Amino acid sequence: MSRQANRGTESKKMSSELFTLTYGALVTQLCKDYENDEDVNKQLDKMGYNIGVRLIEDFLARSNVGKCHDFRETADVIAKVAFKMYLGITPSITNWSPAGDEFSLILENNPLVDFVELPDNHSSLIYSNLLCGVLRGALEMVQMAVEAKFVQDTLKGDGVTEIRMRFIRRIEDNLPVGEE
Amino acid sequence: MAIFSVYVVNKAGGLIYQLDSYAPRAEAEKTFSYPLDLLLKLHDERVLVAFGQRDGIRVGHAVLAINGKDVNGKYTADGKEVLEYLGNPANYPVSVRFGRPRLTSNEKLMLASMFHSLFAIGSQLSPEQGSSGIEMLETDTFKLHCFQTLTGIKFVVLADPRQAGIDSLLRKIYEIYSDFALKNPFYSLEMPISGGGAGAGSDLPLTRPSRARGPSWCGCSAGRRRQLCWLRRSLPPPRRLCSSCSAWRWC
Repeated sequence: MSRQANRGTESKKMSSELFTLTYGALVTQLCKDYENDEDVNKQLDKMGYNIGVRLIEDFLARSNVGKCHDFRETADVIAKVAFKMYLGITPSITNWSPAGDEFSLILENNPLVDFVELPDNHSSLIYSNLLCGVLRGALEMVQMAVEAKFVQDTLKGDGVTEIRMRFIRRIEDNLPVGEE
Repeated sequence: MAIFSVYVVNKAGGLIYQLDSYAPRAEAEKTFSYPLDLLLKLHDERVLVAFGQRDGIRVGHAVLAINGKDVNGKYTADGKEVLEYLGNPANYPVSVRFGRPRLTSNEKLMLASMFHSLFAIGSQLSPEQGSSGIEMLETDTFKLHCFQTLTGIKFVVLADPRQAGIDSLLRKIYEIYSDFALKNPFYSLEMPISGGGAGAGSDLPLTRPSRARGPSWCGCSAGRRRQLCWLRRSLPPPRRLCSSCSAWRWC
C-alpha cells in the first residue's frame, strides 16, 4: 500500500538534457583540473563508486528485488531492472564466459553521451567511466567484488557501447547476519 | 499512539538513528510531608522508588522533578543530592514528581548493539541454512518488528501489538532512509544521522503527512501523524484519540 503512495514522487521527471549537460560539465571540468586522461578516468571511477554505494540502497528500497543467488541473476537484475530504473535503457547481456563469471552489457544508446564528440587530444578518456564505478560500488555493498570496464565506446567509433563485467569474488568480511 | 519508536542500526551494530513517539508517560506529582513514606534508592545515576506504592506512584518510578524543577540524575536542579534533600525535614513540605524513567541515549545505543547481537544469534540458532535474523519480537505491551536490508542495515520499529501494516512501514522507512540519508552527499555511510545540520529534517518524513495521499485520514488539520493514521486504514477504524488533535475521531 505505501509503495503506491510513493509512486507520486517517482513521476517527477527531469529533463535528460539537463542530466547530460551536468555530466558533460563535470567531465570537462575534471579534464581541466587533472589534464591527464588516466587521472580523469580514475576520478570518474571513484565518483561512480561513491554514487554506487548509496544508489544500491535506493535501488533495493524501490525495486523490492530479493537476493541474487548467482552472477546470472545479478546480470539480469542489473540490465532489466537497474538500468531501466535509473537511465531508462535496457542493455542486453551477451558474451558469457564459459565459467559464467564474465559477461558484457551492450548499450545501444547511452544517455550520458547524447551530442558528445570526443576531441583528438582526449583519445584515452573513458567518458562514461562513472557507470563502471557505480556498478562496482553498488555490487560491493551486496558483498560482490566485481570489475567493470568499457571495451567498446560509441564515442571512439564503435557501433555500440559495451561494458565488460567480471566477477572477482564474494566479499566475506562484514557480512550481514544470516547471509554466510 | 500505535508506533512507539523507530531505531536504525548500521552493519556494525551501532545505532545511527532513533525516534521516540510515546504517548505521555504516566507521571504523578504529589506533595509530601516529612517523613516520606516511599523508600527511595539510588540506581544507575537515578533516584528510584524501591518500595512503597500509592496514588499512581509505583516501584521503579524515578524522581523526575522536585518542586517543579527537573532533577538532573541524582542531583536537584540546584546541585544538591536528591536523597539528602529529601532526608532533611527542613525542606518539607515538598512536591515531587515521579514517573517512568526515560532511556538515555547511551542506554539506547547499548540496547541497539545488544539487539544486533541477539539478531545474529537468532539466525545462528536456526536449524535451516540461511535463515533471516529476528523479524518480530512480541510482548504483551508492544511488538518489535525488524527488517534487515541486503546491505546489512536494520530498521527496528516498536509498535502496538494490534497495529498491522508494519511491514510496509519498514519498507517505507527504508525508502525514506535511502532518500534523506543517502542522497545527502555530506552524510557519511554508517554514521549517525543527525537531526539538524547535514541530516536536517531526517525525522520530519516519519512524522510529516504522506504527500501522495489526499486529505488527512483523521481529518485533523495539524496532520502531523497523517502517515501513521493512513497506515491504520488496514485495520477496521477504531474510535481512538487522535494523537495530534487530541479529539475523539474515527481514525
